Amino acid sequence: MAEAVDYKHVGTRPVRPDGVDKVTGRAQYGADPILPGMIHGRILRSPFAHATIKSVDLSRALDMPGVFAAVSGADFPGGVGDDAVPGESKGTMSDLAKNVMARDKVVYHGQAVAAVAAQTPALAMQALKLIEVEYEELPVVLDVREAMKADAPLLDPTCITKGMKEAPEKPSNIASVTTFNRGKPDEGFAESDLVLEREYIVPMAHQGYIEPHGCVAQANEGGQATVWCSTQGHFDFRAATSKLLDMNMADLKFVPMEIGGGFGGKTVVYLEPVALLLSQKCGKPVKMQMSREDVFRATGPTSGTYGTAKIGLKKDGTIVAAQIWMAFEAGGFEGAPTGPAAMAVFSPYEIEHFKVETFDVLVNKPKVAAYRAPGAPQTMHAFESIIDEAADQLGIDPIDIRLKNAAKAGTQAPYGPKFPAIGFIECLEAAKKHPNYKAPVPEGAGRGVAAGFWFNVGMQSSAEVHIAENGTITVVEGSPDIGGSRASMCIMAAETLGVEYESIRAVVGDTQSTGFSNTTGGSRTTFATGMAVIQACEDVITQCKSRAAATWGVDDDQVEWEDGQVIPVAGVNAELKPMSLADLAKSAHKTGGPISGRASLNAQGAGASFSVNFADVRVDKDTGHVEVVNFTAIQDAGKAIHPAYVEGQMQGGAAQGIGWALNEEYIYNDAGVMQNAGFLDYRIPVASDLPMIDCEIVEVPNPSHPYGVRGVGETPIVAPLAAIGNAVAHSTGVRINELPLSPPRIIAALDADK
Amino acid sequence: MAAVTFPDTLLDIANGQREVEVTAANYRELLIALEEQFPGMGDALSEMAVAIDGQIYQDAFLEPLQANSDIFFMQRIEGG
Repeated sequence: MAEAVDYKHVGTRPVRPDGVDKVTGRAQYGADPILPGMIHGRILRSPFAHATIKSVDLSRALDMPGVFAAVSGADFPGGVGDDAVPGESKGTMSDLAKNVMARDKVVYHGQAVAAVAAQTPALAMQALKLIEVEYEELPVVLDVREAMKADAPLLDPTCITKGMKEAPEKPSNIASVTTFNRGKPDEGFAESDLVLEREYIVPMAHQGYIEPHGCVAQANEGGQATVWCSTQGHFDFRAATSKLLDMNMADLKFVPMEIGGGFGGKTVVYLEPVALLLSQKCGKPVKMQMSREDVFRATGPTSGTYGTAKIGLKKDGTIVAAQIWMAFEAGGFEGAPTGPAAMAVFSPYEIEHFKVETFDVLVNKPKVAAYRAPGAPQTMHAFESIIDEAADQLGIDPIDIRLKNAAKAGTQAPYGPKFPAIGFIECLEAAKKHPNYKAPVPEGAGRGVAAGFWFNVGMQSSAEVHIAENGTITVVEGSPDIGGSRASMCIMAAETLGVEYESIRAVVGDTQSTGFSNTTGGSRTTFATGMAVIQACEDVITQCKSRAAATWGVDDDQVEWEDGQVIPVAGVNAELKPMSLADLAKSAHKTGGPISGRASLNAQGAGASFSVNFADVRVDKDTGHVEVVNFTAIQDAGKAIHPAYVEGQMQGGAAQGIGWALNEEYIYNDAGVMQNAGFLDYRIPVASDLPMIDCEIVEVPNPSHPYGVRGVGETPIVAPLAAIGNAVAHSTGVRINELPLSPPRIIAALDADK
Repeated sequence: MAAVTFPDTLLDIANGQREVEVTAANYRELLIALEEQFPGMGDALSEMAVAIDGQIYQDAFLEPLQANSDIFFMQRIEGG
């Protein structure tokens, strides 16, 4: 049970140990390894968004001097089956296989069709032009509303909708339906004083990680192989790749390099199996990396959505009934985040009657992947917008209306269980007291408020703690470090062992160097891997106490651990001199050899994290440009191990959410070809677009973690969409329920309102 | 007895029953009892998370149950 205690290390802000190498360019990322004899792979991508593949002829490419290998879908072992994809990705292994390399059909523009490996990148690009592919074009469907129609072109003629009470007889593009109900929504709306119903549209958006996908693969003649890559989960990448290539997993090692951003997008294999297959074909190490255009066209963004929201309230602001209907773009293969989207949307509130329906819909766009709080930003944009509009109409402060309906400990969550200790009310109260909220809205601006939520997860993690001969410490974790987890692990180890932070360094082990760990995702690493590190440190302490007892000739229970040293229990053996970890390490050769602790666990009890965001924006009514004057993010972190990293997550999520709200969208032509596949035209925010994101960390400790940790990485992206939208509405007097709120859309809405 | 609540997705297997009461000392015994009562339920639950007295478990196994435990089955949570 976490208690409010004074920690020595937890809650401090030491400099990150990986920082110097990152800012000086020494850090090694996915495409940085250079091996002797290394060659370069490139992918041939489909020029059509929907087509059958009649044939693929690699022969002319293979005949080209400087080309060492070429592969198409036919070169991959078949029979991967319909098991679920390992890790965070949704979908089946057979769909993953086709997403890595198309077989008989392409379902989105840019899907991989073939690949070559050649002496240089330029030769590989030339060789791609020699590959002959015969396609037969099929009709394209890009909009979920069109794709759900009975006469829509079918992406998968075998797709029968799952989740229906009775399975449909005919196939459709609707892969699944998720529903949640409570009470009697129709009666709830009937007894409400105010009922609103609106349409909401959120565009497909990319995670926008700065480092494109990249890897180097080396296979040898004995069937063994190593892959260096940029990944959020090297164990899951190993499992997926070994299945796709029908390899003995023991022969395959994945080495996670430094990662230049993931946000859920680097939980999916794209290049790794291809590079390894090419390496197997020619025996040379193969490097592959995507261009930014490849990243946009062929890697998983998150779903665009079309939906409706309905809310019924009493005059005093009590929400009586609520309803969400939302269709999610899955891309070319099923797997949109419809489940968590449906479970999250009403979680901040106590609502007597509700109904949620979400749909996973196939369209001719890239298969979606996880993106921070998958699905929640889309559904919660709708509900956090309509509750704000209701507050306006009822004349109630937007924080007060949320406080009136706020979930708390004991509230039955929409997805079933009663919440344990949660911090939503504390976040709302912190927002109301915040100087930025008390300050008047700047001249000409409008203010918007919204709430955010994410469940968080625990899952499996492993860690080892090795004590060097002088007492310094190496922590080995199995979780790739995306947001600074190595420093957080060192802080928790220092706190648990009672030693100085500077005596500890953490490394991320490859798949052969540490125990299995699930992917870094779901805001689980500081919580779950942190628990593994704490338990590994406790293992060290137990061993140290035992060795001290043996050295002193007393029983184990006569020894205590305090401030990084063994001491005799109070009142007995007072003559014994305490021994530090360095003392114990120095004599370890006499007491049993090196001291190492380890722990592997499946962490349960990840605490949900709530947030409240508010923003002031000023809209130029001549140009439609939105200036974010200030933005305040408030979030319950349980206990912030390294507050600067928590603030970094809050600021990063806010920046991504603001970008999604104001500018980011996939623009397609009628043929299903993305028209803005680059950062010049797909406009993510840059530093000059944003004010400093003000952060306030609320700490309502998670009782399931020794230091009270809640995951913090997902929640920050949820609230900004509606916070910005609500602020724009208050600035202009016009509600625009389709994102992004780009200048053309704002100008069109203002013109229509004249 | 533990009070078990099924989500919409399991209502077909549960013969339309939203809530049932089961006697079980731990989660494993609960699964065995539910499979006996509703054949096919065991497979369906193998891919689901469960909340036991408000605590969410992605992979419960031998977690003890109290005589009055509240059990909710739910979709597994993913994340980015």
